[in-house]
Parts: sequence; C-alpha cells; structure tokens
Amino acid sequence: MKKGIHKKDPRFKIAEREAWIGIGLVLFNFVWWYGFAYGMGSGPAGEYTYIWGLPAWFFWSCVAGFAVMVILVTAAVKFMFKEVPFEENGEGGESE
Amino acid sequence: MKWQVIFPLLIFLIFIFLVGLWSSRKIDTGSSFLQDYFLGGRQLGGFILAMTMIATYGSASSFIGGPGVAYTQGLGWVLLAMSQVVTGYFVLMVLGKKFAITARKYNAVTLIDFLKERYNSRWVVWLSSLSIIIFLFSAMAAQWVGGARLIESLTGLSYLSALFIFAASVMVYVVIGGFRAVAVTDAVQGGIMFIGTMILLAAVVVAGGGIPNIISDLSAENPNLITPFGFDGGLTPLYVSSFWILVGVGVVGLPQVAVRAMSYKNARAMHRAIIIGTIVVGFIMLGMHLIGVFARPILPGIEAGDKVMPMIAMEVLPPWLAGIVLAAPMAAIMSTVDSLLLLVSSAIVKDVYINYIKPDAKEAAIKKLSFAVTALLGILVCIMALSPPDLLIWLNLFSFGGLEAAFIWPVVLGLYWAKGNRFGAVASMITGTASYILFHTFYPNALGMNTVVLPIALSLAAYVSVSLLTEKSAPAPAEI
Repeated sequence: MKKGIHKKDPRFKIAEREAWIGIGLVLFNFVWWYGFAYGMGSGPAGEYTYIWGLPAWFFWSCVAGFAVMVILVTAAVKFMFKEVPFEENGEGGESE
Repeated sequence: MKWQVIFPLLIFLIFIFLVGLWSSRKIDTGSSFLQDYFLGGRQLGGFILAMTMIATYGSASSFIGGPGVAYTQGLGWVLLAMSQVVTGYFVLMVLGKKFAITARKYNAVTLIDFLKERYNSRWVVWLSSLSIIIFLFSAMAAQWVGGARLIESLTGLSYLSALFIFAASVMVYVVIGGFRAVAVTDAVQGGIMFIGTMILLAAVVVAGGGIPNIISDLSAENPNLITPFGFDGGLTPLYVSSFWILVGVGVVGLPQVAVRAMSYKNARAMHRAIIIGTIVVGFIMLGMHLIGVFARPILPGIEAGDKVMPMIAMEVLPPWLAGIVLAAPMAAIMSTVDSLLLLVSSAIVKDVYINYIKPDAKEAAIKKLSFAVTALLGILVCIMALSPPDLLIWLNLFSFGGLEAAFIWPVVLGLYWAKGNRFGAVASMITGTASYILFHTFYPNALGMNTVVLPIALSLAAYVSVSLLTEKSAPAPAEI
C-alpha cells in the first residue's frame, strides 16, 4: 500500500539528493586521499620532499585533505542542503 | 600513587556525574517515557548531536589502541586512520533527512522499531535484537575492561577497584538519565577529547624538538616509518583502503550511531552537526594517531601498544596536565559505554519485551523495567569484565564488523530502495553476520582486504537478489 508516497513527498527528493551529495563527497575524499598518499609516497623515502616538516605525501593526503574536506562539506551544507520540516504538520523545522 | 594525576581525573569523573544527574532531571517532564528515555525526545541540537556521534563512535581504540599501533607502524597508520574523517559527514548525509522523517512517521524510537515498521517481520526484529544484544554486549565488555585498565595504570589502584569506580560513575547517570544524559555527557566528553588531543599533540611536538626533528629521527631509525607502507612495508594500498569500509562508510550500519541519526530536532541541527562533526572527528583522529607516531623517538622501546598514550602523556606533560589530558581516553571510553548500555537496554525493553512479551505494559511498569534492565545489564557487563579478555581491539572490531555487515543494507536500502523486502533483509543479515564470523575465523583479511569487506559485499548481494526473487510474494513496504 501507499507505495507512491515515495514520489509524492517532496522532502524525500531533497533527502535523496543530499544522500547522493554525501556519496559524491566520499568518492572525492577517497580519490584525494589515495592519490596524494600513494602518488607521492611510493618512491624511496630518501627522495621525499617535506612541507611543515612532514613528508609531502602525508601533508597533502592527510593534513590538506582534511582541510579540503572541511571546506567542501561546509560549502555543500551551506549552499546545497535545504531545510525541511520533519513533523507531518510542518512544525519543528524552523525553530532552533 | 600519583595524586597530581589522580586529582584531575577524579574531578572529571565527578563533573561528568553531576552533568549526567543534572540533565536527567528533565526526564520527568517529557510526554512519552520511552521516547524520552531512549531517544531524548528527538530534541538534540546540532552541537550535541555532532558530539554524541563522535564520542559514541570514538572509543578506546581511537585513544589507546590506535595510537599504540601508529607507534609501531608509523605514518602509514595515520593515513589509515584518516579514513574516519568520512564518518563526520557521511552517516548524517546518507541516513539524513529521509531517516529522520521516516522515523517520525513510524514513530520509531529505536533502530529496530524502524526495521520493524519497514519490513513488517518478526524475523527481522528477532535477528536484529539478538545481534545487537550479543555484539554490543561484547563490545561494551571490551570498553569496560579498557576503562578499568586505564584507571588501574594511571592510579595504581587494583583492577577490581578501578572497575568499580568506572562502572559506578557511568551507570548511575545512564540508568536514571537515559538518552539525554548520555548525549549531554557525551558532549562534555567529546569536548574533553578534543582539548586533550590538542594539548598532547602540542606537547609531544615540543618535546620531540619540532616536527622536522621528529620526522628525521623516525627516518633515521627506520625510513619505512615515514612511508605510507608501515614499518615493514606490510601495509598495502588495498589493505589500507579497505578500512574505508570498516571505519568509514560502513559506520552507517552501526546501530549505536544510526539511532542518533533520528534523535535530532530539525534540519538546521543536522546541518550544523555535519560541519562540527567533520572538523572534530578529523582533528581527533589526525591528532591522536600523530601523537602515537611522534611518541616513538621520545620514548623508544615501548612493548605494549596500549601503554603508549598514557606513558607519553606522563612523560611530556606536568602531572596535573597529564591528568587532564588522560581524562580524554577516559571520556572516549565512558561515552561509548554509556551509549551501548542504553542501546542494549532499549533492544531488550522496547524491541523484545514491549513488542512481543507484553505489548499492553503500563507506562509506570515500563519505566521501572527500563531502569531495572539498564542497571542489571551494567552489573552483568561488570561481572564479565572481571576476568578480562586480552585483545581489546580484536573484540571491539569483531562486534563492529559483525554489526555493520548485518545492518548496513537493511537500513540504507530499506530507506532508499522500495523493492527491498523482509526476505531480502533477513537473508542479508544472516549472510552478513555469518560470513563475517566465518571469514574472521578461517580466512581473515581475505584477498588482502580487511575482513569486513567481503561480508558486506555478500550481504548486499543477498539483500538485492532475495528481494528481487521474492518480489511477488512479499507485500509492499508500509511506507517509503
């Protein structure tokens, strides 16, 4: 019964879009993390370059990668996420 | 005994205790006892939501076990640990508004309530209650042991009295305060974890003579320590990447984390929690594991990984400050234990007793039963922790992976895929958990990946194929 609610409730469309954004962010996060770690870190340790005293692969993958993710997550939430009421009657979504 | 270390810890325990008591006073004013006791009346704001998710997730292994392994493995293990940044945003984004709205529609108080309404099946309820009770009980015991060991090593008290102190300080506020007390104390504990990480990281860098100096010491000892491949080159990219499933995206399937995704007040709280959560969890994971690596040149030759964090704190900080910093792992353990205790209790009271044994139980009786079951569980765990099993991380990860493999698809696909049905859910839970146990026993780290990867793939295959095969005989879901 009521299978169609899935399509009718506009809030679910928003929710599904945001779930996809979450998956997209994870994929980006993984590629960044993997690319810098193994792209720059696979050579012999003697040939490493350093940033702030840390091996460059580690700095880019873990330190900068973390900062980039914080910025992207914040931007995604601020600009792409929508506020919707959770209660059936439309209350409870507005007040903080 | 080192009173200068013990004193701040003692103040911390008393403070948490008082916060717990204070936040539990509100419980009488709520309309529905169950909703209030097990879910805080769905009133969490953004900051508390972020903190309670991190604190529940961040446990003894983030503060004691993880840094201990990082001490041995070097920067490669910090790289691995950074896969956990994902948990800060992924869980809330994926379960997200759909879970919050659906849980309200179903009037679900526990994760199992949600599954019950979604699949309309006794088997799903029994299987999920059973796996929550068994796996989380063992996880709780492991954390309990960790907490008592930590107090033991810091204060010089006997294990027995340490266990008693730890148990008493957690149990009282959980039993009388329920979810709100757990969430509010989690927020305080999460704050302490954050500050503790910051202080200790700074102190370790200073004690090691600055980062360049520490890195060159490490590289002089063994160049592998500063590569992504571990001290003996054994950390392959595939193996490290597979932890993205175990401690990254798979966390969506952990009941103690998922239940928090239906506890928040409104969309704004969720948005704030995503941002705060990502920052805090990333900082704690990066900081704590770096501390483990940086500790190596300062205190070489520590054999037991679990001792690295307490020893380095005592080494590089004045005793009173070490006491404050060591409240951080204490906080991590307490905040995990309190959530697990309440969750197991909710599985017994709400999901088993009220669903199937006495559906018409009166509010007053439920209230008494909830307090009694929570207290009894606490005492039981305590007794189990008396003869402690040795492998803290092992037990912890075992319950972790088993639960993820059981719940991830019934929850996520249950939310987003209308064709998923009860047969698929049951098949997926059995396949996931059973294959996890089998792989763990007979073929750990199969194909060079963490053990959890294949069971999660198998349980996905089971969910989808069985749901499609039984499409005609299964009723459509109640509402999706």
